[in-house]
Amino acid sequence: MRDWLLYRTFWDLTITGLALGSIYSLVALGYTLVYGVLRLINFAHSEIFMVGTFGALMASQEFLGIPMLEDGGYPYRTGFMLIVFLMFILLCAMVFSGLGAVALERVAYKLRGNGDLFGAVVLAFLTGFVVSMVFVDDTLANVIVAAILTAPITMGYMSLFRRGKQSPRLAFLISAIGASTAIAEAMAIWGPEKREQYQTPRILEKDVLFTFLGADVRVDNLIVIVGALLMMVALTLFVNKSRLGRGVRAVAQDAETARILGVNVDMIILVTFALGGVMAGGAAMLFTLVYEQSRFNIGFILGVKSFTAAVLGGIGNLKGALLGGLILGLVENYASAIFGGQWKDVVAFVVLLVVLMFRPTGLLGESLGRARV
Amino acid sequence: MTNDVLLQFSDITMQFGGVTALSEVTIDIRRGEILGLIGPNGAGKTTCFNVMTGVYKPTKGTVRFDGQDIVPLKRYEITLAGIARTFQNIRLFGNMTALENVMVGADARKASSVGGALLRTPRQRAEDKESRDRAMELLTFMGIADRAGDAARNLPYGYQRRLEIARALGTEPKLLCLDEPAAGFNPAEKQELNELILKIREQGYTVLLIEHDMSVVMNVSDRVAVLDFGRKIAEGLPADVRANPDVIAAYLGVPDAS
Amino acid sequence: MNPVVRSLRQVGASLAGAKAGLSARWHAMGPSQRLSAYVLGVLALYLAPWWTEIPLLGSIVDTPGTQFTTVLSDRVIIFVLVALGLNVVVGLAGLLDLGYVGFYAVGAYTTAILTSSHASLPWLIALPISIVVSMVFGVILGAPTLRLRGDYLAIVTLGFGEIIRLSAKNAEWLGGSRGINDIKHPPSIGPLKFGVVDPKPYYWLGLTMVFVVMFLLHRLENSRVGRAWVAIREDEDAAELMGVDTFRFKLWAFAIGAAVGGLAGVQYAGKVGFINPDNFPLLLSILFLAAVVLGGSGNMHGAILGGILVSYLPERLRNFQDKRVFVFGVALVLVMVFRPEGLLPKRVGAKKAVAAPGEGGSQ
Repeated sequence: MRDWLLYRTFWDLTITGLALGSIYSLVALGYTLVYGVLRLINFAHSEIFMVGTFGALMASQEFLGIPMLEDGGYPYRTGFMLIVFLMFILLCAMVFSGLGAVALERVAYKLRGNGDLFGAVVLAFLTGFVVSMVFVDDTLANVIVAAILTAPITMGYMSLFRRGKQSPRLAFLISAIGASTAIAEAMAIWGPEKREQYQTPRILEKDVLFTFLGADVRVDNLIVIVGALLMMVALTLFVNKSRLGRGVRAVAQDAETARILGVNVDMIILVTFALGGVMAGGAAMLFTLVYEQSRFNIGFILGVKSFTAAVLGGIGNLKGALLGGLILGLVENYASAIFGGQWKDVVAFVVLLVVLMFRPTGLLGESLGRARV
Repeated sequence: MTNDVLLQFSDITMQFGGVTALSEVTIDIRRGEILGLIGPNGAGKTTCFNVMTGVYKPTKGTVRFDGQDIVPLKRYEITLAGIARTFQNIRLFGNMTALENVMVGADARKASSVGGALLRTPRQRAEDKESRDRAMELLTFMGIADRAGDAARNLPYGYQRRLEIARALGTEPKLLCLDEPAAGFNPAEKQELNELILKIREQGYTVLLIEHDMSVVMNVSDRVAVLDFGRKIAEGLPADVRANPDVIAAYLGVPDAS
Repeated sequence: MNPVVRSLRQVGASLAGAKAGLSARWHAMGPSQRLSAYVLGVLALYLAPWWTEIPLLGSIVDTPGTQFTTVLSDRVIIFVLVALGLNVVVGLAGLLDLGYVGFYAVGAYTTAILTSSHASLPWLIALPISIVVSMVFGVILGAPTLRLRGDYLAIVTLGFGEIIRLSAKNAEWLGGSRGINDIKHPPSIGPLKFGVVDPKPYYWLGLTMVFVVMFLLHRLENSRVGRAWVAIREDEDAAELMGVDTFRFKLWAFAIGAAVGGLAGVQYAGKVGFINPDNFPLLLSILFLAAVVLGGSGNMHGAILGGILVSYLPERLRNFQDKRVFVFGVALVLVMVFRPEGLLPKRVGAKKAVAAPGEGGSQ
């Protein structure tokens, strides 16, 4: 055991822990929202986050064309331009994640026997692609073959869909696992950096803005904490005040009754996935701001930690996601200072086990459906 | 039929959050009788079953079965103590054959486990045969032996209902709880069911029966208990209960004071 | 209906017809004929290392880039063992275990510790000890977690698998990132020497293990234990109310599954001679799961087929190699959408007449 932290280090760890925890909270919202309406764990949400980070990274490198180094130093931007760039990166991340979440819902979760054309098309394309991949090594050729085969396979799939069998719950989970694996591998095979680290240019100069009780508060940590808070406030307002938000809460409470009362449950589920995706996109942008890199397989570990945060706070409970994320971020930081960095990842698993065994409803323990959010 | 009480359901209150599903309900089931439990929808009949079989732990009150307090027991222990049930919405093991479904019930009282199975000890083989034979007997008793080898999910509705009863009987219960066994039956089938329930009682089982259909309950029960809004409002012989004004009011409502 | 779909349907129909025809012939065979068929089949499997010599068959099955027999001994037979074990947990009892690689690792590491880094016991002694240790881990994992609902159980088991791997990586006494070398090989049996060059004895050893495991699992499946497992999978609450001690049987499922997984680990360690944490990534758990699910969970033969597919196809189709994880991911989604029972689902309620009371359970 290391020597206990200096007073100064404790607050350093707290600040960075809160920043880290904010990211967990945002991703945890995605898990909690989907669980609230579907009573299912969206195993592939972690990959939605990963896709968002790539969106953020590509925004600055490919879309904005900012180089890694400029005039021998970091390509810092300031003032109005900085804000515009950051907003653009945020937008890209949210779009990537949001669209990813929507596509995921249409493909992997629409197993309910009611045929969905979009899902059938995507699955048909993938089928054609995979079959062609087995025989031919050229990606372009595979895409062409897949495109040709998509139409007939889609029709076949649609007719299979119409047979309308209810899928067992386990099937959803396994399907999500498959989707998660496929998305991560797809990024590894066809993504910008394949299996290597994908780095982003640093456009934000990471000054220390002020000191708080002896700890340096860097601007990027501050942006993360404040940004996450703003996004969560926006989400809470949306869920509480808007018509779609009411629909989400209604479906979370009782889907059948909501359906009878005229709520378009399928649309609400889609919206829920999209909301989770957008939040994950926000988290992704903030993540790349602090860590300046991503990789095809970062989804898994961050996903487990965010899921732990959601469970810790009380799955289905939005405030719980916030609380759980912050607590986990802090605990992880403190634990790695005490036990050493290599055990950091184990902390989340241990917390998860402890929570599930002793207080499975979590700290705040209420679900999205009840009025208190 | 003696006055010997098999199940004592005393002062049971069952609360879920803000909802009180049962309120100080007391029911005694006598050994060897057929007791009907009726009441309007939502009265708490299935909740009673759930408390009796250990699905819920009552908020207040005690349940004594054959002298033993069964509330602290685990669900499967309660079954081994001698209470078996069927379900309102059929819950068979769909991907097992009819025979296997009943065998699961019969297996409950068998002692052999993994070791015996791996080594195929004589005891394990004997117990397996016992389960199989008993299951076949029960299927024959219920009149569904011709489909013994079919998957439970493929059976016609009437067979499935009877299979559930056979499976429950497989556990060698003292008390058999039937939750709306006549749902979806036509009059002829209901008549068959009545005879079946009487036959079951003749075999020595005590029966607790939830039913909506009066032609079943009133013809088959020795006594009837009536629940309404979680309270017991009447109990006694079928004819008496049928004429009880509180019971009539519960089902039909009190006439308007206009 | 478009021509592609129509022709696909025709192919499907003729395949189904062929299968039905074979099935009818099989059922029509007398017991002695079936026995000879089985014996021939088993013999053919033991002769598998020489399949590549057969003119037409050889070129179809041969694996470019890697020696066919090595594929059999290092990948196929391991995956088949694992699939058999995981099938007990996922297929029979319906418990979604995403950390099965943990038991596999425990088996391998226990053997490594006992024969190389911390003691010098022979492989044959390490074998039963490793299996028991794996079982213990199965109970340790199961006892606190089996009361959790399906989704949560999946995540927790996943965490378990990762904890095992991370512990192996961070603990020096387990070799750390470098792992453990010089793991002993199985002892010679008569003319068969378990050296470093010839994979054939390892394959035969593994194949024999597969048959033994199949035999034992078959007994379990057709006993009250197997029935209890399926009842738990079908409707756990109803099973409990029918007198099944669900906790005890779920724990047994975990323990048996862990034992078989550990056995696979021992076999693996004994063959390759050195292991490190990178041999046991989360990905492997996903592939294991894919093997059981794609092949047909709940069915031993389905699990075996799945194990063969997942381990053999990437070696046979080299294009597949780097992309195999992607392909299996997509395959999982497709199978779950269209055929969640898998390729070879267990057929319940066979067309044959019901066994008369007194006849033993055979299936």
